[in-house]
Amino acid sequence: MKISLGPLQYFWKKSEVLDFYRAAAGWPVDVFYLGETVCSKRRELRLRDWLALAETLADQGREVVLSSLALIEAESDLATLAHLVDNKKFKVEANDLSAVQLCHEHQVPFIAGPTLNIYNHEALALLQRCGLTRLVLSVDQGAQQLEALQRQARLAAQPFPELEVLVWGRIPLAYSARCFTARAHNLAKDDCGLCCLEYPDGLLVETRESQPFLCINGIQVQSAACCDLGPELNELAKLEVDYLRITPQRQDTDLVVRRFAEALSTRTPPARHGDCNGYWHGGAGMAQINTLEL
Amino acid sequence: MTMELVCPAGSQAALAAALEQGADAVYLGLRNSTNARAFPGLNFTPEALAEAVNQAHARGCKIYLALNTYPTSDHMALWKNSIDTAANAGVDALIIAEMSLLDYAARHYPGTPRHLSVQGSATSPAALRFFHEQFGIARAVLPRVLSLAQVERVCEKSPVGIEVFAFGSLCIMVEGRCHLSSYVTGQSPNCHGVCSPAHHVHWEELPGDQRRVRLNKVLIDEFKAGESASYPTVCKGRYLAGGALFYALEEPTSLNTLSLLPRLAKAGVVALKIEGRQRGPAYVAKVTRVWRQALDALQQQEPFVVRPEWQAALTHVAEGHQTTLGPYHRPWH
Repeated sequence: MKISLGPLQYFWKKSEVLDFYRAAAGWPVDVFYLGETVCSKRRELRLRDWLALAETLADQGREVVLSSLALIEAESDLATLAHLVDNKKFKVEANDLSAVQLCHEHQVPFIAGPTLNIYNHEALALLQRCGLTRLVLSVDQGAQQLEALQRQARLAAQPFPELEVLVWGRIPLAYSARCFTARAHNLAKDDCGLCCLEYPDGLLVETRESQPFLCINGIQVQSAACCDLGPELNELAKLEVDYLRITPQRQDTDLVVRRFAEALSTRTPPARHGDCNGYWHGGAGMAQINTLEL
Repeated sequence: MTMELVCPAGSQAALAAALEQGADAVYLGLRNSTNARAFPGLNFTPEALAEAVNQAHARGCKIYLALNTYPTSDHMALWKNSIDTAANAGVDALIIAEMSLLDYAARHYPGTPRHLSVQGSATSPAALRFFHEQFGIARAVLPRVLSLAQVERVCEKSPVGIEVFAFGSLCIMVEGRCHLSSYVTGQSPNCHGVCSPAHHVHWEELPGDQRRVRLNKVLIDEFKAGESASYPTVCKGRYLAGGALFYALEEPTSLNTLSLLPRLAKAGVVALKIEGRQRGPAYVAKVTRVWRQALDALQQQEPFVVRPEWQAALTHVAEGHQTTLGPYHRPWH
């Protein structure tokens, strides 16, 4: 299994993004997913900047994938997407079907991002015919669904693509046209003042009982809890997961990467550090199920 | 061209109400988890579906069957059998979200038109091209995320007719991409056809006639005496963020696009969808009546004026007794 660093979900200053990846280049990461996937108004880095960063990391021998926006609204979003698909060098993570279609039209193979709603082997086969080469499992699917997907694909004599699972990070739960960060500031989205810059790890939402619940990140809603499938490492290996995806956070991402890398090299699942693993075990996403008791 | 009025029915009585009040088409679901309103006591058996088709056709009305959840690999048969049932019952279209089901329907029942469900999350001409080229869809329902100007541009470039939501409870997240319900309860619109399933909802009575509502133990909201309490979906609860207590995502409210009718017609929208298969026949009757009158008026009168009694009737049945232009109106974003 290899380690991938998923696309940065938050909005940071350009210098902060570049510093982060400069440091990350020294971590045991095999695949870097780069690009803006949440909000097209986040332009601290333009596509050309992401491409330049991609070149730098590729020169250091890393696999680089360019991730597309999860929600396409404006025509300008589509135009940016077309440039991304047409980059001619780096693989593309398609995060909506607009990206799939453009990849298909340009005969560019793609990695299916977690928001494509691929829940069964027949949908998977359809997209493989359109150029899918790697599947990032959607966040709400767990071991049982994955096992069924693989078994049914085998029975149908379908080749199975490369497989990637989110093993660490806040779970992206929903996308909206509305910007919730702007709403929290009483601002309209068109006049948001790029207030997401104030929240390098998103804006925490708590229940009225002060239970950390959600995390607002522009038009995206994440879980406040951090998913951690470290203790499930043996099961991930058994299900032939190829890539373990870690989502960047402002702090300690290096520690997380090193912990997973060490676990892979010693073949010993790490102790639980995160908060939840419910989806993986077929339950509510926020649940924490003690793997040792299974 | 006249826009088609597509109304919801979760029961025989609701269907009768929609037919009586002049729906052009009625959409409904089978009584299983193949549709996004899989609530107990709701929806149609195969026999009732066949009867519904006959009733509707006798009145010149169409029946669309919603098959808009996502089957997993071990459970495809239920969805495919449901497509068989619907096609054999003679429905006028299948409303499908998932691509393997669209493929199945296209190959086995090419004569039954396929509409892309709102749950299919297609928001751009490119995504619509995908569904059109791959599965020959005849129509697509747009997620409730685009502004009116964006809807207009999608209509211009779409290879298929566009249906939009006109009225009803407002999902503020991109449909088909919302895991808020399953994050808390393990059950989702995508996979189980339910959002905030009732058996996970717990109301607590507090002193002074206050009430609290939890979804699988998570506190979604608390209501003072006399404050109207709405159904606890995660997106419409009151939470603490940045030191303030407020509806951090959205208030309980319904979408109402009556005032946008002329622009939607001009944009070339082919059909207007009324949300609410989970609502009773009284709701369906009232909403269908208002929208029939409004669409007829749009044809006849110049300029189109929204009558106050229409708005009052719709607001009365709206979630939280308030309505919004929602995403069609840019400042909402």
